[in-house]
Amino acid sequence: MATRYMDAVLVEKRMSSRVRKNTGFKGLFFASTLFGLIVLAVLLVRIFTQGIEYINIDFLMNHLSTDASRAGIMGAILGTAWLMVVVIPVTMIIGVGTAIYLELYAKKGKLQSFIATNISNLAGVPSIVYGLLGLTLFVRTLEFGNVILAGGLTLALLVLPIVIVAAQEALRAVPGQLSEASYGMGATKWQTVRRIILPAALPGILTGAILALSRAIGETAPLTVLGIPALLIPFPSGVFDTFTALPMQVYYWTIDSSLVAEYANLAAATIIVLLILLFLLNSIAILIRNKFQQRY
Amino acid sequence: MSTVMEKQINLKLVRNPNERYEPEVPKEVVYDTKGLNLWYGETHALKNINMDIKEKEVTAIIGPSGCGKSTYLKTLNRMVELVPIVKTSGQITYKGKNILDKSFRVEDLRTQVGMVFQKANPFPKSIYENIAYGPKIHGIKNKKVLDEIVENSLRGAFIWDELKDRLGDNAYGLSGGQQQRLCIARCLAVEPNVILMDEPTSALDPKSTLRIEELVQELKKDYAIVIVTHNMQQAARISDKTAFFLNGEIIEYDKTDHIFNNPTDQRTGDYISGRFG
Repeated sequence: MATRYMDAVLVEKRMSSRVRKNTGFKGLFFASTLFGLIVLAVLLVRIFTQGIEYINIDFLMNHLSTDASRAGIMGAILGTAWLMVVVIPVTMIIGVGTAIYLELYAKKGKLQSFIATNISNLAGVPSIVYGLLGLTLFVRTLEFGNVILAGGLTLALLVLPIVIVAAQEALRAVPGQLSEASYGMGATKWQTVRRIILPAALPGILTGAILALSRAIGETAPLTVLGIPALLIPFPSGVFDTFTALPMQVYYWTIDSSLVAEYANLAAATIIVLLILLFLLNSIAILIRNKFQQRY
Repeated sequence: MSTVMEKQINLKLVRNPNERYEPEVPKEVVYDTKGLNLWYGETHALKNINMDIKEKEVTAIIGPSGCGKSTYLKTLNRMVELVPIVKTSGQITYKGKNILDKSFRVEDLRTQVGMVFQKANPFPKSIYENIAYGPKIHGIKNKKVLDEIVENSLRGAFIWDELKDRLGDNAYGLSGGQQQRLCIARCLAVEPNVILMDEPTSALDPKSTLRIEELVQELKKDYAIVIVTHNMQQAARISDKTAFFLNGEIIEYDKTDHIFNNPTDQRTGDYISGRFG
C-alpha cells in the first residue's frame, strides 16, 4: 500500500481551528459591511429628523429669504436642473466620443496608452482644481462670468474622465465576435459602431453616466471657487443667467447656522431634496439601462 | 446530358475512391492566390501560398493548430487586417482583381464573400433582426423586401420551419446548432458568392454537425465554399478539394479523394492518419 500522508488524527485536530477561522473571517467581512450601513443610517436619520418638517410646497417654491421661515429653494433647484442641462449633453457627447475614438479608432500604441493613463489620472484630480480651471477659463478668459454655462462646463470637465473610463470599459467588454460578424457582412466601421457595439455597450456607458451625474450634482468645491452666490437673485431661465445650486445652498446655510440656528434645519431639508433628486435620476438611468440590457 | 449529371451526382454520393472516371464540368475560378506571404509582426505565418478556389465546390483546409489555415481563410475576406500588425505580399485575385491591393474596398469584398465563424456569433437581437442586419446596412429599408429576404435566407439554411413562428425571439434563446445555422442564414441574406467557414462545427454536437454538413452540401450548388476544419472525417465527407497546411505552407492541395486515399507527400498521410497534429 502507498504511503499515506493524510494523518486522520492530525486532520481532525486542525479541522476545528480551520472552521473557526472561516467563521471569524466571515464575521469580519460582515462587520465591515455593517459599519458602512450604520454610518449611512445614522446620517440619514439625523438629516431626516432635522429637516423633514421643513419640506413643504412653500419651501420648494419660494425664493431665498433671510427670514428662515419664508426661505425657499426653488432658485437652487432650478440652478441644479440648468447645470444638468449643460453637464449631461457635454459629458455624454465628448465622453462617449473620446471613448469610442480611443477604443475603436486610435492605433493601439504608446500615445494611445499615454492618453488613456492620463485620463484615468484626471479622474483623481481634486475637484477644487477643476474649480480653478473653470474660474480661469470660463469665468475670466472666455468672460462668461459666474453663470450656469461656466458652472456646467466646469462640472462637465470634472466628471468627463469618469464617463470616458466607464465608456471605454463598456466598449471593451463588447465581444469582438459581434463586430467581426458585422464587418464580415461588409458593414463599415461606423455602421458596426452604431448598430452593434454602441447598443451592446450602452448599459455600461449609462452606469458610468449615472455615477458621473451623481457626482456633478453634489459637487460644491468647484462652484465655491467660481464664486457662485447664494443671494437673492432671480430664478435662472437660461445658461447665461447667474445661479445658485442645491449643494451651494447647503453650504451657505450650514456656515451661517452659527448666526441663525434654524438655517441648519433648512440645510438638512435641502439635503433631503438633493438626495431625492439623486435617487430619481438614478432610478431613471437604471430603468433605461435595464431596457437596453442584452445578454451575450 | 441528364444522365451525365445523374452519374456525376451518384459518383459524389457513393464517393467510390477507386472510381477514376469523373466527368468534369468546367468551373470558374473564384479565387486565385499567387505567391501569398503574410507576417504577424516578425512571425512569417503564410509562406508562398498558391492555390485556386473554384465556384460550386467545397474546398477544405486542414492542418494542425497554428499552421496558418485560419489566417489564410481570413485573408480571403481581409478580416485578417483587424490585427493591426499584419503585412502581406503576393496577390489574391478575386474575379480578376487583386483584393490585397489597398484600393480594393474591403466592404465590397466582404459583401460578396460571407463568413461563418468558429463560435456561433448571432447579434443580441431578434432572429428577424439578425437576418435583416446585412440587407439593412446595405440600404434596404422596404419592410416587405426585408421580410422576403428573411424568409428566403432562413429557408436557404433549412431553419425556416423551426423558426418561422418565433422570428421576434432573441437569437440567444436558440440552441448552439440553431445559432450556427442562423449565422449561415444571416450570411446568405447578403447574397454572397463565396462562403468562408472557420471550423463552423467545432463547438457543436454530432447531430448539429451533421445538419451543418448537409447544409454545406446544399449550399455548394450555388456558392463557392471554403471550410477550415480540424475534423478529418468532415473534410473527407463534404469537400471536393482539400489543402493540407503545415507551418504556414501548403504541403499538398488536390482532390479530396486523392488527399485522403493516396497522398503524395508523406506528411499529409501522417497527419491524416493521426500520427501527428
